[in-house]
Amino acid sequence: MTGSVPPPVEVRGLVKLYGELTAVAGVDLTVHAGDVYGYLGPNGAGKTTCLRMMLGLIRPTEGTVRLFGRDPLETVQALDDVAGFVEAPTFYPYMSGRRNLELLAAFDGDDASDRIDHALETVELSDRAKDRVGGYSHGMRQRLGIAAALLRDPKLLLLDEPATGLDPAGMRDMRLLIRRLADQGMTVLLSSHLLAEVEELCNRVAIVRRGEIVYEGAIADLKRSAGATYRLSTTNDERALHVCRAQPGVGDVRVVHGRISFTADDPAVAELSQALIEAGALITMLAPQTVTLEDLFFSLTEGDGVGNGLASAQAGTGDHAPAKAEASS
Amino acid sequence: MSSISGTAEGLRPGAGVAGRARRRPGVGTVYRWELRKLRYQKRTYLGLGAAAIVPILFVVAVQFRHHRAGGGDFAFASYLTKSGLVFPLVILLFGAIWLFPLITALVAGDIFASEDHNGTLKTVLTRSLERWQIFAGKALTALTYAIVAIAIDGTVAVIAGSIESGFNSVQTLSGSIVSAPKGLELVYLSLLVYLIPIATVVCIGLLLSTITRNSAAAVVGTLMISLLFQLIGVLPGLSATTPYLLSTQFNAWQGLLRQPIDWSPIVRAAWVCALYGLPALGTAFLVFLRRDVAGG
Repeated sequence: MTGSVPPPVEVRGLVKLYGELTAVAGVDLTVHAGDVYGYLGPNGAGKTTCLRMMLGLIRPTEGTVRLFGRDPLETVQALDDVAGFVEAPTFYPYMSGRRNLELLAAFDGDDASDRIDHALETVELSDRAKDRVGGYSHGMRQRLGIAAALLRDPKLLLLDEPATGLDPAGMRDMRLLIRRLADQGMTVLLSSHLLAEVEELCNRVAIVRRGEIVYEGAIADLKRSAGATYRLSTTNDERALHVCRAQPGVGDVRVVHGRISFTADDPAVAELSQALIEAGALITMLAPQTVTLEDLFFSLTEGDGVGNGLASAQAGTGDHAPAKAEASS
Repeated sequence: MSSISGTAEGLRPGAGVAGRARRRPGVGTVYRWELRKLRYQKRTYLGLGAAAIVPILFVVAVQFRHHRAGGGDFAFASYLTKSGLVFPLVILLFGAIWLFPLITALVAGDIFASEDHNGTLKTVLTRSLERWQIFAGKALTALTYAIVAIAIDGTVAVIAGSIESGFNSVQTLSGSIVSAPKGLELVYLSLLVYLIPIATVVCIGLLLSTITRNSAAAVVGTLMISLLFQLIGVLPGLSATTPYLLSTQFNAWQGLLRQPIDWSPIVRAAWVCALYGLPALGTAFLVFLRRDVAGG
């Protein structure tokens, strides 16, 4: 993002300490206008803490958050173009869904009765709008949370695990809604454990591990940085293994489930094929493996230092850095 | 069943809150909605119901006692059968021990802690209100509730007492007799003065509600602090502290029932209560302003 218009989210050096515990350790991330940005990490990685700091709910130990150039800790006006929820959306259980939305609209300086009807229709809660929220299912509260967020007509939507508690149809509809909102120009930052969902929805991701960002950037770049992974079977796998290890341009050679696995680009694969034939190890199977976001997520968030190659690849130094996707398979 | 149908017309994603014609919400918005929220909560009616029923029970008890023995050994006791206007004053005497602190604490101790319990603080803090506005609206609501409870109690006591003993003239603590209308005026002025220590209890309740983030702990804690003051007041050797105890200030209204009016206990109540209440309120304010909202 260039120019004078500040990005929807700009986080720099964000740290949150709870005594000896480091919940967030120096997070830097930028969400550009129009991004559907996935914020990924295992449980306890500090995602929710980070989202709370972005919304001004938690005071960082160090670092800054800027939403459209404004600090949410300095003024609530920083949230004017922002809506969403952290963890499960929460409401006053003794009031109806509609009354809760009326309260929130009033807290936005808006009486908005017609807009509330539209929001309730959008999440298909119109028929339960007069019921107390205390009687709502988790999924219904999740949908009410979306309605409450949409009431603000946000430019930036922050959603923490938005599909949690929804049935399969609800999860599908949530994806469609986020896609539709993004198509209408809304910037979305969502944390999720559903990696297939993130892969389908998001164009950029940050992957966090133990409070630190181990990758931030486009999903496409992440996959490209991982290199292409192949599986190989030959008439003489032992010999083929030696050939692979000796072949220039072929990396991360290992045996996985009785088959040889390696990473290489297309020219290197062609040369390897020739070398195998010359070595008398005739190819019976050579198949490219699709690297999923899930594979990359695990390689970045599990084990020690596994993600270093990918993280450095982000900086353009590791176009052929070996993916460790197979390590988890 | 499809559960989310997409963006309906009427919502304009991307327009932003600032993009709509609107006024910025303020303390008044929070105050109105906090009062509205009280209407939905059982504890509201529990406290106000107690404030209304205690005078009625008291009148019934006095009626039985009058038939069996008559009189009593507390201030105004001998006048209970002569004027109904004495009833609210006697209830103020006894209510200071735990009744009014408890009724006050029911809302003051709960008003922040229940937001923590429901996890709703994060919901309201991510709208368009500054934290201080939310604090001010809630503090005003807790005070309003206490005022309404005292007003209900006093009014019910005047009506029930007048039905029992008549709307008659009252003898002041100086021995002079004042007319019934003047007596009524003194009763309501007494209620007003009574609100000084009650406001301090509100402040203590708000502090405990903010710090403990636990409704039961804050309500009980507020009551315990009130009872602790009562206990210190009766401990031998600590009589020098009595004029400066919160519990003593609950009797300041009695200065109004002397002729001429004795303002000294009322003035003392004002500054003593300020010494207890303002630090509690200020601390609650700062804690609320700076606290991390990590739960819910």
